[in-house]
Amino acid sequence: MTFFIEVLVGGLLAGVMYSLVALGFVLIYKASGVFNFAQGAMVFLAALTFVSLLEMNWNFWLALLVTLVVMVGVGVLTERIVLRPLVNQPPITLFMATIGLTFVLEGLSQMVWGSQPHGLELGIADVPMEWLSQKWNINISKFDLFAAAVSGLLVAALALFFQKTRIGRALRAVADDHQAALAVGISLQHIWAIVWAVAGFVALVAGMMWGVRNGVQYALTFTALKALPVLILGGFESVPGAIIGGLIIGASEKLAEVYLGPYVGGGIESWFAYVIALLFLLVRPQGLFGEKIIDRV
Amino acid sequence: MLYREAGQFRSTYAEDMQIFPIRQDRIALMLLLAVGFVVVPMVATQYWFSALLIPFLIFSLATLGLNILTGYAGQISLGTAAFMAVGAFMAYNAQLRIPGIPILASFAIGGLCAAAVGIVFGLPSLRIKGFYLAVATLACQFLVLWTINRVPWLTNHSASGVIAAQKIEILGYTFDTPASKYLLTLSIVALMALAAKNLMRSETGRAFMAVRDMDVAAEVIGIPMMKTKLLAFAISSFYCGVAGALYAYCYLGTVEPEAFVLDISFRVLFMVIIGGVGSILGSFLGAGFITLVPIFLNLGTTFISDRFDIEISHALVSNMELITFGGLIIFFLIVEPNGLARLWQIAKEKLRLWPFPH
Amino acid sequence: MKRTTLALACIALAAAGYTGTAAAQAKEQFVPANFYWVGPYAPGGSGIAGGMIDYFKMINNKDGGINGVKFTWEKCETEYNNGKGVECYERSKKHPPTGATLIHPLSTGITYSLIEKGTADKIPIVSIGYGRTSAADGRVFPYVFPLITTYWSQATAMIKFIASKEGGTAKLKGKKIVLVYHDSAYGKEPHAVLKKEAERYGFELTLLAVPHPGNEQQSQWLQIRQIKPNWVILWGWGVMNPTAIKAAAKIGFPRDHMIGVWWSGAEEDVIPAGSAAKGYIAAGFNVSGQNFPVIQDIKKYVYAKNEGEMEDKSRIGSIYYNRGVVFGIVTAEAVRKAQEHFGKGKSMTGEQVQWGLEHLNISAAELKKLGATGFMQPLKTSCYDHEGGGQVKFQQWDGTKWKVITDWITADKALVRPMIEEDAAKYAKEKGITPRDCPKGG
Repeated sequence: MTFFIEVLVGGLLAGVMYSLVALGFVLIYKASGVFNFAQGAMVFLAALTFVSLLEMNWNFWLALLVTLVVMVGVGVLTERIVLRPLVNQPPITLFMATIGLTFVLEGLSQMVWGSQPHGLELGIADVPMEWLSQKWNINISKFDLFAAAVSGLLVAALALFFQKTRIGRALRAVADDHQAALAVGISLQHIWAIVWAVAGFVALVAGMMWGVRNGVQYALTFTALKALPVLILGGFESVPGAIIGGLIIGASEKLAEVYLGPYVGGGIESWFAYVIALLFLLVRPQGLFGEKIIDRV
Repeated sequence: MLYREAGQFRSTYAEDMQIFPIRQDRIALMLLLAVGFVVVPMVATQYWFSALLIPFLIFSLATLGLNILTGYAGQISLGTAAFMAVGAFMAYNAQLRIPGIPILASFAIGGLCAAAVGIVFGLPSLRIKGFYLAVATLACQFLVLWTINRVPWLTNHSASGVIAAQKIEILGYTFDTPASKYLLTLSIVALMALAAKNLMRSETGRAFMAVRDMDVAAEVIGIPMMKTKLLAFAISSFYCGVAGALYAYCYLGTVEPEAFVLDISFRVLFMVIIGGVGSILGSFLGAGFITLVPIFLNLGTTFISDRFDIEISHALVSNMELITFGGLIIFFLIVEPNGLARLWQIAKEKLRLWPFPH
Repeated sequence: MKRTTLALACIALAAAGYTGTAAAQAKEQFVPANFYWVGPYAPGGSGIAGGMIDYFKMINNKDGGINGVKFTWEKCETEYNNGKGVECYERSKKHPPTGATLIHPLSTGITYSLIEKGTADKIPIVSIGYGRTSAADGRVFPYVFPLITTYWSQATAMIKFIASKEGGTAKLKGKKIVLVYHDSAYGKEPHAVLKKEAERYGFELTLLAVPHPGNEQQSQWLQIRQIKPNWVILWGWGVMNPTAIKAAAKIGFPRDHMIGVWWSGAEEDVIPAGSAAKGYIAAGFNVSGQNFPVIQDIKKYVYAKNEGEMEDKSRIGSIYYNRGVVFGIVTAEAVRKAQEHFGKGKSMTGEQVQWGLEHLNISAAELKKLGATGFMQPLKTSCYDHEGGGQVKFQQWDGTKWKVITDWITADKALVRPMIEEDAAKYAKEKGITPRDCPKGG
């Protein structure tokens, strides 16, 4: 039983890490209807910039700030160069453009910072908490809890931002209808730039968390693949959906790997999350918290 | 002047319904085929065959397959590489396990198996669309590769899951030189492209397009939704499956399942978008662009650094190529979101008026 | 639209220009450098490429090449991708003066794709420490050389190492060993050998697959926590390695009971894992460090003139870099051997180098002359045996550098060879190849 709990908790916490990446997708999709495939590359760029600055003996906060500025710059430039000329194009074209952007960002980050992997430590050890493992023999990592707390904070902050601030309301207006938003005097360009900047910030947080776990290296771009099933489960437009979806995907995929895996040769994690999400979609085509306007076929 | 159909009268229904109604198109196609079948084999080097032409043709076929699904029937799929893998591995198994089976039949079996898998993974399309569907088809990618890695029967119990494509022999002739493999690939691709062109102007093709343009309306006028969508998935996967078999037999030779990574699916989708959604010609243009541009970029940088004797770090060069490639894609999407095929259309219209534009 | 036309014209011009260049020059030996400098595996690709090319530069500068024949090379980015690898191969194989001498595909997948092409074009495919293990049977695979050691040899050496730590093979009975592997052709290579070893010594073997790319391994390591194995063998690549080490720390599994394969044992695999990697053990067919005459020569004849490949000089002497130097040594020695047979001071063709590779005999005395004593193992190949050495050293990460903790441990060839022959025979049958005749053992 303790083992079951351990797998479950471990899965939930792993799911939080997926949610972190998924959040970036959701933000951009919500505000511009763009499925931003470059989110993975942004995670990589953010983490690599941050860790490279740290290794040049920069102050932690200064490095964080400068990285943030870089990410905001990338967001603004993306809006200016890639998105603005593509207004009113079909979503698939925008999606393809973000894949092009992925190549550019990957090439750029490796060109500037090189392709060597880096280690990253945030001062919180990724080791089990002793009192828990001694008392109940359950292993839960301190760092996992920290990551969960960070995600919780992030989601709360984003929810507040979306619901309570003027910009947040403008964002939702843009998401609902580009033209109507323009008509009431909301600047589409500003809003998009802001959203991409916020997505850059989320990418930085995700990059730091994943960077501690995997080291900061090219493979951080693959985190996007972990976020996709979370997205279809939670809905492309829902911030809470990204979190709940992440928890469900994380827990079910770990339980499946541990309890079903051995019977079929293991390694089922690669597709299990997708199959869960797919089955779920058959019941609820708009995802967990997706907006209901999606027309059913 | 050159491209003017004035004066070409059609006096029978058969003439009106032929696949290329304009004479110039027919001539151009004949010329193109003549170049492909006669001129190219005479002038091309081995490098051109095995590194450029064969992959170009194979990817054209895969793009054609995806274009049938995405361009004509309006369903997005990111499972192309998986369908190709099914085609490759099942063709191998057919050739291995059915004694005396002709190689072309093996390719067909590979394609049919891919079609079957395509139908299964097309089922979600009855409920979901757009990006939800795209991500759902990713399940296919991972599940198929996992299965190939897990079921030893599929790889003939090879220790590491790698298959070695058998010899290609048709009517006693062995296709073992790059030129002969090129001709085989070209024949298959040309035939299948012709079939696709024909199919898309038949009832089936029109049903696809109706579903793409508005599925509810299509259903109202009596187009069976389930049958049409699944058929689109089946046909598309069949094309991808055959392309996968060719990829294994004519291009790589010996393949591991990891040769069919997700990256290939994205590349093929690129080819569809860059080439032109819903255009047979566009499939070829797109495949040409995506397979050949990185190579030309690379040859270009090598050439420049050789000629001017600049010592640039190779990592820098590789990254620059990556950036340029991504930039070119964005550039083309911005300049011509309807793809290269649209450029060709514009060119045709200009040609029609040329040299008297008024 | 003007811009597009212009761009296309530039591309066409560049392509046309390319075919015109490269006038034939004599007294050169061309070796393609088809490696990878971008993407997830760039640390390995760029390090090995740097080591190999630097070694060629050193030979060119110090000795004026091999008997006056200088090495030339051309880089081609394969991105660790099968299709690109084939393209690079096709591009490089006809390079003047004699075509590609031999080729290091540096990817198991590309190696597989080149086996037939190389054989048809008579260009040796040299896969040192990767590729198709059963290609060690030179009778079936005349042009494929999985030199020095193969995955199967390594697996047996690992078991030997574990046995020595446990106090003899008899003590292996009842022990638990877990293999954590990258779920791909590469990760599946050792399964058959390890299963045989488990049967023979009576240890309990569990195989745990990690799906590509391996950046999430919670469930695998939770399973390990429940199995409580004595040893874990890590068969990873890229990001999977540091993640595994971190995950081991997370469940409290001792790192000094984790043994990595040689693709899990470079600085790039442990540095990202930080302090968690301390004590971690990995196999290797080359060692790290700069204190070898050969590396000093490279510094003296290449870096002193500012001609070196590595921008980051601290990477000289790293595992990957030194592995590249081993690639260079093997290449150069094969050419030297071929020249001895076919005429000194001439550019060798692929076919002639194939002969050289088959008659390699880098003895301990030879190694001393090359300045590589202890750097790599002696190597002797034959028409029958395309592997040669088959020895592995184990090294431990002390937090800042790799420390060698064993001498060369020889693989259990008596176990591996029949398996190689069986697999090769199967391939020969599938392909309709009649194996060559080789003098047995010669």
